[in-house]
Amino acid sequence: MIKVENLQIRAGAFCLNDISFEIPGGGYGVLMGKTGSGKTTILEAICGLKEVTQGRIFLGNRDVTFARAGDRNIGFVPQEATLFSTMTVRGHLAFGPKVRRWDKTKIDERVGELAEQLGIQHLLDRKPFGLSGGERQRVSLGRALALRPRVLCLDEPLSALDEETHDEMIGLIRTMVKQNGISALHITHSRPEAEAIGDCLMLLEDGQVRVEASAGAE
Amino acid sequence: MESSPHKVRSDFPFYSAILGISGMYLLLIVGMLGADLWYAVTEVTAEEFRALLSTDDIRDSVELTLITCTISALLSVLVAVPAGYLLSRYQFFGKTLVDAILDVPIVLPPLVVGLSLLILFNKMPPWNGPSFEDLLGGNFTYNVPAVILAQFTVACAFAVRTMRNTFDQISPRAEQVALTLGCNRGRAFRSIVVPEAWRGISTAGTLAWTRAMGEFGPILVFAGAIRGKTEVLSSTVFLEISIGNLEGAVIVSLMMVTIAIVVLVAVRIWDRGNREKFYHD
Repeated sequence: MIKVENLQIRAGAFCLNDISFEIPGGGYGVLMGKTGSGKTTILEAICGLKEVTQGRIFLGNRDVTFARAGDRNIGFVPQEATLFSTMTVRGHLAFGPKVRRWDKTKIDERVGELAEQLGIQHLLDRKPFGLSGGERQRVSLGRALALRPRVLCLDEPLSALDEETHDEMIGLIRTMVKQNGISALHITHSRPEAEAIGDCLMLLEDGQVRVEASAGAE
Repeated sequence: MESSPHKVRSDFPFYSAILGISGMYLLLIVGMLGADLWYAVTEVTAEEFRALLSTDDIRDSVELTLITCTISALLSVLVAVPAGYLLSRYQFFGKTLVDAILDVPIVLPPLVVGLSLLILFNKMPPWNGPSFEDLLGGNFTYNVPAVILAQFTVACAFAVRTMRNTFDQISPRAEQVALTLGCNRGRAFRSIVVPEAWRGISTAGTLAWTRAMGEFGPILVFAGAIRGKTEVLSSTVFLEISIGNLEGAVIVSLMMVTIAIVVLVAVRIWDRGNREKFYHD
């Protein structure tokens, strides 16, 4: 579950006030909004990358409002994938587990598992340079899922993809989220994309979040 | 009413203007170097050239230049990486002032930098007490450490600018992803930011190195131009001119040009190798 209550976030002169919404456990929430409406700011606050001035953030039953980013157990898939340009694909998948000092064999196992699920086994020893948009997103998704987070935050993950890859990625993201029992928050400016992937649609407009449809978690 | 057909005028004046203007400056630089070379080739006999290169003074000067420039460049990078990162990523009270202060060594007349160092080390503190020079055992001013500090003071300011631009161009997103994966700031900096900034770091180091070699004013005032002791190549040029040996001065100048070109080319080649290694499979 992802729940935000009466959130207030300031970013320079820009301020979001009294933002509240809830995505049930295992649900796939999509927050829509125009460019500049503050969607990314909300996502950053949930990930612990932006301080909130008021309100609460809950993940599951845990209040993480003041927890550090790395203590929130959130997988973050940023816009345009933002890979580490000097690291191999294997390095990306192993990065989180290495920081957490997982066992070497456990890391290898996890990397193998993710690579298979994401269909990127053949890319493991390559670096980001020259990977296609779809491949980059797969790597970014794998990096975010490596630590088996309870929550996944995706910032416009499909906006840089061509149509065919786009549909393929929607299928892949949904499968990965469902298989791992994750709650997700996905932000986008595209309504067709939101309708295709989400089961809880929200619209951020004039600083307010309006829930448009909530199919509930299955 | 239909407007009369519009014929776009020629681009010739535009291209001739930008080519002509930049060409003139280029010509000035090439002309300077060419004149040095021409003068050396026509006025200096091979014997004189060999004699000059084999003197101990020149050899000491070359050696001291290479050593001090390398130390200054390393120190500059060591300071510029954190300072550039701070300026690029954080907003804090007084940032504009800090930013301006960091530019002071660039805009200050070189002699004033030297004079200020001299006063700081020998006439401070204002109350009764040992000066920095005393605390350092009286072996700083007019010694090799003063050469290095004089070079570093100016070279580091250039390195800080370069590093700041480098970090400005690296999106903070990658570090933030690392934070969500459990890194603290230090770990994210070491494992994500430094590798991504590697090219900028090598550029900052090269720039600092060549700046340090070109430094003269601060060294003259703070370290002196003492034959065999604090003499670096820029001081050699000065000393040769002051005793009327224009030929010697030109030869040493050409040596400096050669060293600068070798360093620049070597770093470019090394850099290209690294780029292959870092970014490709």
